[in-house]
Amino acid sequence: MTEYTIIGKRAPRVDALAKATGRAVFSGDINLPNMIYAKTLRSPYPHAIIRRLDISRAKTLKGVVCVITAADLPERKVADETRVAFLAKDKVIFAGHPVAVVAAVNTYIAEEALSLIEVDYEKLPSVMDVMEAIKPDSPLIHPGLCPSLKINGQIGKGTVPSNISWHVEYGHGDVEGGFKQADIILENTFRTQGIHQGYLETRSAVANAAPDGKVTIWTDSQGIYQARELCAEFLNIPLSDVNVMPVEVGGAFGAKQNLPLAPLCALLARKTGRPVKMVLTREEDFVATSPAPASTITLKMGVDNAGHITAAEYTMILDIGAFYKSGGDSLNSSITGLSPYRIPNLIVKLNNVVTNKASTGMYRAPNAPDAAFAVESEMDLLARKLKMDPLDFRLANAVSEGDMMANGIPFTRIGFKETLLTMKEYITQRGKTERHNQGIGIACGLWLGGAGACAATVNVISDGTVILIVGSCDLSGTRTSLAQIVAEEFGISLDKVTVVTGDTNTASYASAASGSRITRQMGTAVYLACKDAKNQLAQQAASQLGLKPEDLKFVNGQIKAEGVPEKTIGLAALARIVIGQGGKGPVIGRGATGSNKLAPMFAVQMAEVEVDKETGKVKILSFTTAQDVGFALNPTLIESQIHGAVAQGIGRALMEKYVFEQGVMQNPNFLDYRMPTAADLPFVDTLLVEVKSENEPYGARGVGEPPMIPTLAAIANAIHSATGVRLKELPMIPENVLRAIQVK
Amino acid sequence: MKKDIVLKINGEERELSVEPRQTLLDVIRNNLGLTGTKEGCGNGNCGTCAVLVDGKAVSSCLMLAVEAVGHEIMTIEGLAQPGEIHPLQQAFIEEGAIQCGFCSPGMILTAKAFLDTNPHPTEEQARQAIAGNLCRCTGYDKIVHAIMKVGAK
Repeated sequence: MTEYTIIGKRAPRVDALAKATGRAVFSGDINLPNMIYAKTLRSPYPHAIIRRLDISRAKTLKGVVCVITAADLPERKVADETRVAFLAKDKVIFAGHPVAVVAAVNTYIAEEALSLIEVDYEKLPSVMDVMEAIKPDSPLIHPGLCPSLKINGQIGKGTVPSNISWHVEYGHGDVEGGFKQADIILENTFRTQGIHQGYLETRSAVANAAPDGKVTIWTDSQGIYQARELCAEFLNIPLSDVNVMPVEVGGAFGAKQNLPLAPLCALLARKTGRPVKMVLTREEDFVATSPAPASTITLKMGVDNAGHITAAEYTMILDIGAFYKSGGDSLNSSITGLSPYRIPNLIVKLNNVVTNKASTGMYRAPNAPDAAFAVESEMDLLARKLKMDPLDFRLANAVSEGDMMANGIPFTRIGFKETLLTMKEYITQRGKTERHNQGIGIACGLWLGGAGACAATVNVISDGTVILIVGSCDLSGTRTSLAQIVAEEFGISLDKVTVVTGDTNTASYASAASGSRITRQMGTAVYLACKDAKNQLAQQAASQLGLKPEDLKFVNGQIKAEGVPEKTIGLAALARIVIGQGGKGPVIGRGATGSNKLAPMFAVQMAEVEVDKETGKVKILSFTTAQDVGFALNPTLIESQIHGAVAQGIGRALMEKYVFEQGVMQNPNFLDYRMPTAADLPFVDTLLVEVKSENEPYGARGVGEPPMIPTLAAIANAIHSATGVRLKELPMIPENVLRAIQVK
Repeated sequence: MKKDIVLKINGEERELSVEPRQTLLDVIRNNLGLTGTKEGCGNGNCGTCAVLVDGKAVSSCLMLAVEAVGHEIMTIEGLAQPGEIHPLQQAFIEEGAIQCGFCSPGMILTAKAFLDTNPHPTEEQARQAIAGNLCRCTGYDKIVHAIMKVGAK
């Protein structure tokens, strides 16, 4: 096995010093001369026709620079429902839907102006519950909407208007026959709740426009290229007229692929000729960004007495909120939920349903935790019926390389069984410690991972250090792991690598930071860029030293060949020679990658809880994650991702929930929408399993999303162990736990 | 109607003309341009905007700037000396306690105020001390480790 000196080691984040000292710049920190500030008027009703909208009084208030409504949206060739998500036209379809935006010299005046806008609403019956929304007589949110269909690969369109925007069916085998072979069949319905991603930085954007209409944008986007595309399309201007600058992003977790502000900011900047800033309040962020959808999953599973799954039927209804192009990914989530186990006969039915709630979006492994909550809870129930150890039951059904995923595609190299065995070993070693009202539960999670095009550039400068330029957004410490790859490849220390995040005009293309893909995809591009630059340097060094380029190695800042220690040249000396007289010219390495093969990731978690039977309160006593990371490029960064994901999972399992009354969110603040604090959580044990993937860089797999997936079910399974009560609905807040205990 | 005040921020007296309704947070960020202090919620529920007022951690979104007159204010920009960062900043960096960095300034200042009064805390005390500061990235794991590391010295 190759010994690495930089990768695989703990290294502090390259961005940590700026963040610890308050110097890191987020989009809300951008202040430009002559800047104006925009505020949004939002609908107080979940569903209403706008009978009259009068902005004339607001426009005349001293200090107001511009007021826009849907009438000001740029003309576009194709009508698009996403346009009215930015500003409502004719009707509002969720409480919080933007109706008008005011830009003024300060936020106080902008807010005052909002109160001068007159709107006459005619209230319509609203649809807040998916089960109501799918009834044939339900009010229709988008009257012309007919479901898009994909049934066993056949794409079609429904003919009856409905709140079901999307219906998919797929599967394989003979499900009826499979259930006939089963000795035990269970069918349960599981419900997850709508939740917010809970990033601490509320949505924000700043835009500036030049007299020729070209715009520069600073915003909290997970991808600067994706932000550029969206803004150019919204404004109906060429892509090259938009430049998006890199800024730090204050937590995103999938939500910040959706950009509710930047296009409006850019429009206002072009209209007024002044820089415009928009920052949402926390309340606005709760009611009108892109929270994660609630789901209802009905799962029927059959097993034979030997403990083998014979068939499964999975139906998911996803409450995607107001806009039908939005919403979590029910297809991917069903694949991740059902693929960890060999299920010979399977049918899957998925429905995305619109309701009068804020349009939903992505949240860390979108909807995979929902799917795993259902599948892993049911697996636990089946193991109990079979009187099998829940981990052994999973091992008996676990997939390995070559087995088919639920969508019929074979798995590449995976480390599921290794991860299960690591957890088994851990549990055996720790021994049984369960006391009264305490219990442990395990659950598994699969994430397929994202792939996508990325490119990177490395410049070797004349002091022998290397500058890496990327255009990817760093959410999880990717700048650090990318810098480690550069240092490793050039044989230099980490402090000799400078990572620069470019803007869309200077850095080469990068896919958005989503799907746990940047370290893998951009990592591959960086690895290839290093190889390219090293080839160029080796050519120059070979002619200096009289050696063959292919024999040269980069070690400790030196370039040398084995067996000829006297023939050595330093990286700095070489970097000076290339730009000197007779040199081969500056060294710029370029690396690019399209989509790598998927490198699926598995996590297995164990929760240990104590349930207070008087109050229903669940305390997490300990929590352990085993995860196949392929190759741990930087264990500290990986643990950090796991800790954060588990904390978010615990929040969803035990605390967080959108509460609506008459279609209006009742808890849009951190006091009433409770997220875990330091006092609610234990330390989380992490066991890193390394089954290398088939890809660069170094066989590393994605990390950030898998540890969010099993957490909900692991806790539900632990509560069952502690109390004998099965909870099938989230969150498992004390009142729900207590009620379940009392019913039992 | 603006009001002229003098605020002592990071050891320096600053003359300012502010509106009486401006919060300390607003003045720190927008009048003084010290953008290291972040706003997470605007109503005192998340601790992100914490600054030190006479050594105590205070949510600057809940204090009016005019109320801060006569008090010693420290923001994150005042914690490090040139060429030398505070041991807590060092520990946060070394332990991997910083991810997105948005909560870090408030978290570090809250931890400083806590350790100044309780230099060798238990884990439970450290968790309680920062329970008013939300962080969504770290699960607090490495933050608690960083505080305990400084507390062990």
